[in-house]
Amino acid sequence: MSWIAETLTSSVGRKVIMALTGFFLILFIIVHLSGNLQLLLNDGGEQFNKYAHFMGHNPLIQTVSILNFTFILLHVITSIILTRRNSEARPVKYHVSRMQNSSTWASRNMGFLGSIIFIFLVVHLANFWFKMKFGGVPMVEYDGVQYKDLFTVVKEAFQQEWIVIVYVVAMVALGYHLSHGFMSAFRTFGLHHRKYNGFIKGLGIAFSIAVAIGYAIIPVIIYFRY
Amino acid sequence: MKLTLKIWRQKDANDKGRFVTYQVDDVSPDMSFLEMLDVLNESLIHKGEDPVAFDHDCREGICGMCSLFINGKPHGPEQTTTCQLHMRSFKDGDTIVIEPWRAKPFPVVKDLVVDRSAFDRIIQAGGYISVNTGSAQDANNIPIPKDKASEAFDAATCIGCGACVAACKNASAMLFVAAKVSHLALLPQGDPERAIRVSKMVAQMDAEGFGACTNTGACEAECPKGISVKNIARLNREFLRAKFIEEVDKPLEELAEGK
Ligand code: HEM
Ligand code: SF4
Ligand code: FES
Repeated sequence: MSWIAETLTSSVGRKVIMALTGFFLILFIIVHLSGNLQLLLNDGGEQFNKYAHFMGHNPLIQTVSILNFTFILLHVITSIILTRRNSEARPVKYHVSRMQNSSTWASRNMGFLGSIIFIFLVVHLANFWFKMKFGGVPMVEYDGVQYKDLFTVVKEAFQQEWIVIVYVVAMVALGYHLSHGFMSAFRTFGLHHRKYNGFIKGLGIAFSIAVAIGYAIIPVIIYFRY
Repeated sequence: MKLTLKIWRQKDANDKGRFVTYQVDDVSPDMSFLEMLDVLNESLIHKGEDPVAFDHDCREGICGMCSLFINGKPHGPEQTTTCQLHMRSFKDGDTIVIEPWRAKPFPVVKDLVVDRSAFDRIIQAGGYISVNTGSAQDANNIPIPKDKASEAFDAATCIGCGACVAACKNASAMLFVAAKVSHLALLPQGDPERAIRVSKMVAQMDAEGFGACTNTGACEAECPKGISVKNIARLNREFLRAKFIEEVDKPLEELAEGK
């Protein structure tokens, strides 16, 4: 095996892949959230649609989006390998376990939380991304230029209760996933020092709450507004 | 004190195993947990039954031989070794469930005894320095800053008991390996083989079938020696340094053979 394959298939190397891809996904969810919050402007969707148009036609964004899909896949595939290996390492479970106070619930359920996020991603992509790419989106005209009216598609989707519920549940799961994942990724890179441990832990939790609330209010507000 | 014990009994590695319930009376709160099991075993021997097999050696908290998953926690309710756990941590009339460490690399030998030689093989893979230490040198011949010495000493207090593996949801041996890697990496004597050591020990840890680290921190919470998870971060750092920065991360013979 080449040295790089050997490194990245070791247990530590696989965790480095999780942490690298996880960090990239964190950057992505920040950018994605700041774009999406434009849905809440009361302008009939004009600014959001122009933004979506820009994102869909900028070659740099297109490249980053391919990277993003690759990294999600890499994160998911590696997580399946790790989670499987980890559960195989204890074929006979304990009859009585009182380990719940020795670690956080989120840290013990990263695979479960990730699976909820994954199911959400499939629903989410089918709802919006697929339509945006392969048609099914009405057109709208601003200043004589034609734009895809993604805003209306979003608005209509969020009139359906079940979609709103799926979104809110998934964002709570994402918040919990990050409440452990953010700080864990630093450890995986070997960053652990009493000078900044507290700061990273606090930042991770604040960030997780902000992300969960920031995303979850979008479907909720749209549901009640229209 | 009177206690009800639910103990895992298993004839040998191939036996399926089951819980057997025993009553013990006349337990003094001052007894250690192992002495309480001695009392049970005496009575079993008197009755002509097979005594419960469990690991123990020093009985003073320094050898790491005693184990046992007691009422859902490694080494029981206190953060100490089972030999240093006393019956005053329990109440009269309690039911205590006793299981062996559960991990694929720690197969059950008999009853509560598991084979922890996977740890020995990890040490054999690199947890040493390859020179004779000779006789004691003059103090301060090799300057070692106090903070490094203390860090190395803290890591060196790991007694290899395996409670970290038992506690981890992934049965990961990272805390143990991290303690051993840190102990030597921090000292000048361990420095020359730093990269080879971490590479080989991680490879052996994986080959034994231990899980990976999810950074849950359960190991640190249950370690009787209070080994800190900062050692795990150091292991990750040492590993990345060995793989991406060091010129040589394998013994030269292996590199020459293109392994
Ligand atoms: C935008 C979405 C996501 C983000 C931002 C994210 C972020 C992260 C981060 C930062 C970590 C910590 C890495 C480490 O411990 O070093 C992590 C771990 C993990 N992620 Fe995700 N993740 C996302 C989606 C997913 C999905 C869809 C899955 C699975 C289907 C998943 C499964 C996992 C698992 C199992 C771990 C723990 C691995 C371990 O420590 O054993 N994640 N994630
Ligand atoms: S790190 Fe702690 S729990 Fe793990 S083997 Fe060493 S002393 Fe035991
Ligand atoms: S018997 Fe030696 S540490 Fe418990």
